[in-house]
Amino acid sequence: MAAVDVAISRREEGRDPARFSGHGDHPPRVGFFTDTSVCIGCKACEVACKEWNLVPEDGLKLTGMSYDNSQTLGASTWRHVAFIEQNKPMKQGPRADLAAAGTDLRWLMSSDVCKHCTHAACLDVCPTGSLFRTEFGTVVVQADICNGCGYCVSACPYGVIDLREGDGRAWKCTLCYDRLGEGMEPACAMACPTDSIQFGELDELRQRAQARVETLHADGVSEARLYGENPSDGVGGTGAFFLLLDEPEVYGLPPDPVVTTRDLPSMWRHAAAAAVTLVAGAVFSFVGRR
Amino acid sequence: MSKRGEQPTVPKADFRSYYGMPVLNQPTWKAPDIPGYFFLGGLAGASSVLAAGAEITGRRTLATAGKLGALGAITASAGALIHDLGRPERFLNMLRVFKPSSPLSMGSWLLAAYGPAAGVAAATAVTGLFPVSGRVATMWAAALGPAVTTYTAALVSDTAVPAWHEAYPEMPFIFAGSAASAAGGLGLIAASLAQNAPAQGFGLFGAALELSAATRMERRLGILAEPYRQKSAGVLMKVAKGLTAAGALGATLVAGRSRAAAAVSGAALLAGSACMRFGIFEGGIASSKDPKYTVTPQRERLASMDHGQAPGSHSQPAGN
Repeated sequence: MAAVDVAISRREEGRDPARFSGHGDHPPRVGFFTDTSVCIGCKACEVACKEWNLVPEDGLKLTGMSYDNSQTLGASTWRHVAFIEQNKPMKQGPRADLAAAGTDLRWLMSSDVCKHCTHAACLDVCPTGSLFRTEFGTVVVQADICNGCGYCVSACPYGVIDLREGDGRAWKCTLCYDRLGEGMEPACAMACPTDSIQFGELDELRQRAQARVETLHADGVSEARLYGENPSDGVGGTGAFFLLLDEPEVYGLPPDPVVTTRDLPSMWRHAAAAAVTLVAGAVFSFVGRR
Repeated sequence: MSKRGEQPTVPKADFRSYYGMPVLNQPTWKAPDIPGYFFLGGLAGASSVLAAGAEITGRRTLATAGKLGALGAITASAGALIHDLGRPERFLNMLRVFKPSSPLSMGSWLLAAYGPAAGVAAATAVTGLFPVSGRVATMWAAALGPAVTTYTAALVSDTAVPAWHEAYPEMPFIFAGSAASAAGGLGLIAASLAQNAPAQGFGLFGAALELSAATRMERRLGILAEPYRQKSAGVLMKVAKGLTAAGALGATLVAGRSRAAAAVSGAALLAGSACMRFGIFEGGIASSKDPKYTVTPQRERLASMDHGQAPGSHSQPAGN
C-alpha cells in the first residue's frame, strides 16, 4: 500500500512538481538549458552569480586543471565552468572536413549548476523544511531555517549543495528566486555572452534543445547529446539540463543519477524487518533461561 | 575467456572522470559524532528491549542496568547529533515539520517519543517512585526501542553515497545486530552472574546477526565492498568482527561462570559494535571520495538497461 502511494505521488511530482508541493495556481516551471557547444569559458556566469547573490570567496588556488580554478560546485560556488582539453577533432563523419584545420585539439567547456531536479533528494531528506519547492518548480534553501544537519549534502547525486564553512548552513543555486519574482532572468543567463546558458520555460527549452542537438548531428558533431532533459530518468528530469559533447562523467557529472529516496519505501521495509528480528532475538534470549 | 559470439558481460574496469575529482560532495558528517550517534542510539534502543524483558522476568539488576544504559546512551546519542549540526542552537527546527520522506525527520520524532520514556523508566527504577508509571514507560521505551536501533540504517542508506545506499537491504540488520550485541555487552558488564543469562543470549544473537549481515553485504556489493576493506574502514571492520566474535564466544562459554570474564566479554561486544559503526561510516565516506564508485556502478546499470531494451543483440545465432 505505502509503496503504491509513494509511486503515485512520485508520478504526480513528475507531472507538476510545483503543484505537488502545494502551489495551486502557479507560473510555468522554468529552468536552464546549458548548450555547452557554444560555451567559450569566459566565466561571466560565475562572476555574475557571485555578484548578484553575494556569494563569498571560495578559495583562490591554481589547480592546473586547464583554466578551471573553481573546481567544483559547493556552498560558495553556484556556477562552475569545467574545462576539458582533448586530442580529438570536434567533428566526425561526412562533414568532418569542415572542422577547423591545423589542430586536433578540442577544448570542452561547460557551465555546471544545481539541476533543480524533479525528484530532488536534497528536498526529500531535509528534516527541517528549510529546502522547499518554489512556485516556479525550482528548489531553494531557506537560510533562516537550515540547521546545518548536512543530510542534503550526502543525498545530492550531483555533488551540488554543501555546508559553508564558518557559517554552518547549506547553500546552493536558487535559480535567482528573487529575480524570478520580479520577472527577470537569472544573473548567469543574463551575463552569458553566447547564450550558452538559456533561461526559460522548461517545456520550451526542451524543444529548443532537441532542435539544437539535431542540428549538431546533421553538422557532423555526432557526440552531441542531451543530459537531464528526459523526464523518465532517475531524477524525473532536471530543471537545469545540458547539451554535452562527451560522456557526462568527463564533465564530472554522474552518468545515471537516481534520487536516493526512490528506494526509501524498501529501506523502511528492511528496517522494519530488522526491528522485528531484534525483538525475536530478545525473546529467544529470555525463553528457557532461569 | 568469453566464448565466440558472446559479448563480455563484465565491463571494462577503467572509467572516465573530471581530473579524478569526486562526482559527489563528501558528507559533512564527522566522526566521532555521527558514528557515535548510530552506536549509542543502537545501544539505547536495544537496552530498552533487554530491560523490559528483564523486568517481566524479575531480573531487577539487569533491568535497572538496561534502563540506565538506555537513558545515558540516548542522551549522548542526541548530544552527538546536535554537536554535529552546523547550527546546533537550531536543533529544534528538526521538529518544525513531519516528513516521512526524511529518515532524519522521522528519527527526530521517534527520539522525541522515546527519550522521555527512557528517562522516566530509568528515574523510576533508581528511585523506586511511581512504579506504575515506571512500568508503562519501560514498556513504551521497549516498544520504540527496536525502531530506534534501525531507523539510522535507513538514514545512512538514504543518501547518494554509493557504499551506503547500495547496502540498504543489509544495513538495518547490521545495525540491529550491532545494537543487540552492544546491549548484551552492557548487560554482561552490569548484571550479576545470577541474572546475566539473557544478556549472554542477546549478545550472542546480536553478534551473529551483525556478522552474518555484514558478510552478506560485502559479498553482494561487488566493487562497492572495496571501501569497506581498505584503509581505516578496512581496519575498523576487521577489528569490529574480531572483537564481536571474541565477545560472543566469551559470552557463550565463560560469562556464566566468572564475573570478570562476563565483564571482559561484554566490553568486547560493546567495542566491536562501536567499531562496526565507525567502519561503516568510514567506508561510506571513502566511497564518496572516489569517482570510480559513483561512475562504474551507474555505467554498469546503463549497460544492463541497454541489453534489456535490445534483447537478442548479444545472443548471436550459433556459428556466428
